[in-house]
Amino acid sequence: MSAPKPLEGKYSGPDEHGHFGQFGGIFVGETLMPALEQLNRKYAELKADPEFWAEFDYDLAHYVGRPSPLYFAERMSDALGGARIYLKREDLNHTGAHKVNNTIGQALLAKAMGKTRIIAETGAGQHGVASATVAARLGLECHVYMGVDDIKRQAPNVYRMKMLGANVVGVDSGSCTLKDAMNEALRDWATNVDNTYYIIGTVAGPHPYPMLVRDFQSVIGREAREQCLEMTGRLPDTLVACVGGGSNAIGLFHPFIPDESVAIVGVEAGGHGLETGEHAAPLCTGQPGVLHGNRTYLMNDENGQILDTHSISAGLDYPGVGPEHAWLKDLRRATYTAVTDDETLEAFRYLTRMEGIIPALETSHAIAWVMKEAPKLPSDHIIIVNLSGRGDKDMNTVADIEGLEV
Amino acid sequence: MSRISSCFQQLEASGRKALIPYLTAGDPDIATTLSLMHALVANGADIIELGFPFTDPTSDGPVIQRAVERALANNTSLKDVLDTVSRFRKENADTPVVLMGYLNPVECMGYQAFVDAAEEAGVDGILIVDMPPEESHDLKQIVDKSHIDMIFLIAPTTSDERAAQICAQSSGYVYYVSLKGVTGAGHLDIESVKSNLARFRSQTELPVGVGFGIKNAESAALIADIADAVVVGSALINKIEELQAGTPYSIEDLQQHISLINDMRKAMDC
Repeated sequence: MSAPKPLEGKYSGPDEHGHFGQFGGIFVGETLMPALEQLNRKYAELKADPEFWAEFDYDLAHYVGRPSPLYFAERMSDALGGARIYLKREDLNHTGAHKVNNTIGQALLAKAMGKTRIIAETGAGQHGVASATVAARLGLECHVYMGVDDIKRQAPNVYRMKMLGANVVGVDSGSCTLKDAMNEALRDWATNVDNTYYIIGTVAGPHPYPMLVRDFQSVIGREAREQCLEMTGRLPDTLVACVGGGSNAIGLFHPFIPDESVAIVGVEAGGHGLETGEHAAPLCTGQPGVLHGNRTYLMNDENGQILDTHSISAGLDYPGVGPEHAWLKDLRRATYTAVTDDETLEAFRYLTRMEGIIPALETSHAIAWVMKEAPKLPSDHIIIVNLSGRGDKDMNTVADIEGLEV
Repeated sequence: MSRISSCFQQLEASGRKALIPYLTAGDPDIATTLSLMHALVANGADIIELGFPFTDPTSDGPVIQRAVERALANNTSLKDVLDTVSRFRKENADTPVVLMGYLNPVECMGYQAFVDAAEEAGVDGILIVDMPPEESHDLKQIVDKSHIDMIFLIAPTTSDERAAQICAQSSGYVYYVSLKGVTGAGHLDIESVKSNLARFRSQTELPVGVGFGIKNAESAALIADIADAVVVGSALINKIEELQAGTPYSIEDLQQHISLINDMRKAMDC
């Protein structure tokens, strides 16, 4: 891993049109443009309102259970014999992942805009569950779009969404995964735009979503920064998080971007290996293009058609990535790499046995990077890993691979 | 004057409205697309909107999604679509062709290369569904140096102020999306189209075409009464869905699959 280059000038973004350098923007059909303008105006108004943030903070404290702990994984650090590893425990949030930070914030927006119907897309089901949860709490109708392949591999989350009163809509077009769920959610939104609020679950999509989802998720990094200073007396040396769309990663990274001494590493889904083409690592292998409302790094063929992706984890199985990550890559402020499905499974088992924490398969990608890199680093090197979600939802997938009956 | 403008001028002189069928190029295969283009003109089409396929057509309903899947199953690329326009032009010098699709294939080819190839092929207009005027500056600069018209969408949700900006960026014609939803939706409301068109008409001298949800001769005639052009996509593709890839079709063979266009023409000209 090479040391990050210092940023030239002050980091800010996006600009008023939602551009992060050449990335981001608003690329949707005209029907949705006025809705995005309205959302942008409303968010600008609420962003400047201390009462809005007071309500957000109250919900995070009393409903989600924040702050989430920063946990020193001592046994794992000792066993790997290098860097000291700290886990930011987003898995301990209500609903079991970081996703709820964002849905709490967007639910407040939906309420302020008087919308009566919530839609969401989901891959692993964590965002779907977090959306169904806030919809239940507000008494709003909720429809969650989910690829039929993901419905199969994340069945426990499908049941949870149904329990919460959401309508889970199976999407059987294209690759039957997250990308296609997002297509269908965008179609629903264009059809029901008057009464419907679309809660996008990641830092992708048209402006202002990448910005507002980042703002809501940045609570992760703000807490981690304070907690690290309190526990160790200094800033961490390296931040690590898995990157699909990239919301847990940007949430941890964003508050540290001006801290030039802190290295930032995003770990994409390497699937069967980058050389096989069967992966979901657009930052490692893709090029800039336009999908789902924003310009970003994409996996596409020479004709601009989006490629099928593969990952053991439904939540990372996506051919694009949030535009701010694309920008951080080009600015060389963050480094993006990938680990394979096999390395991920090994990390899943390792953390479970070593620390008694069962991570989500998505999160296990970040753990896999730590297992490879921590032993090479000195014992005064501090790594913070975003433990973005818990692995209960993945029991069926892992049991199938291990040939066990659940 | 562009081929699109002179087309509308001639129609106006003869008191008729434009009929604009949409085809997804490469459905069921690229050779049949070329034959269909000629057959559509023979049956009364004034302008042809030719869709270039993209894997993730987020503004389209199930019928066009399936058409796109069929086109991609035989690897139809943007370059193949441009080649088809070239071949169409060899036999037809008058009927305007508008390329319609999503931005990523265009980005991948490169804006300059795309516009050069489109002009060379004889393309008359381009409509990029997921590229609003706000994001179109770079492409439009290049298009404006060519003979190609750049067409933008207006929707029922568009404000008067925004419509004025969109019209100012448009040339050829303006495409009014008749309903909130995706192509082929089933809830066309003529009265609401009427009141919205009245709202937007004052913003532009350009002809206004209406599309999304126009399914039969009757609704085509109703729209023709209030708009300058009627666009039909999903209803037509529903009929050509039965065509098989790899089968050579004569214009006569195709006739029965596109009789809808003939019916619409007659109803609109009544």
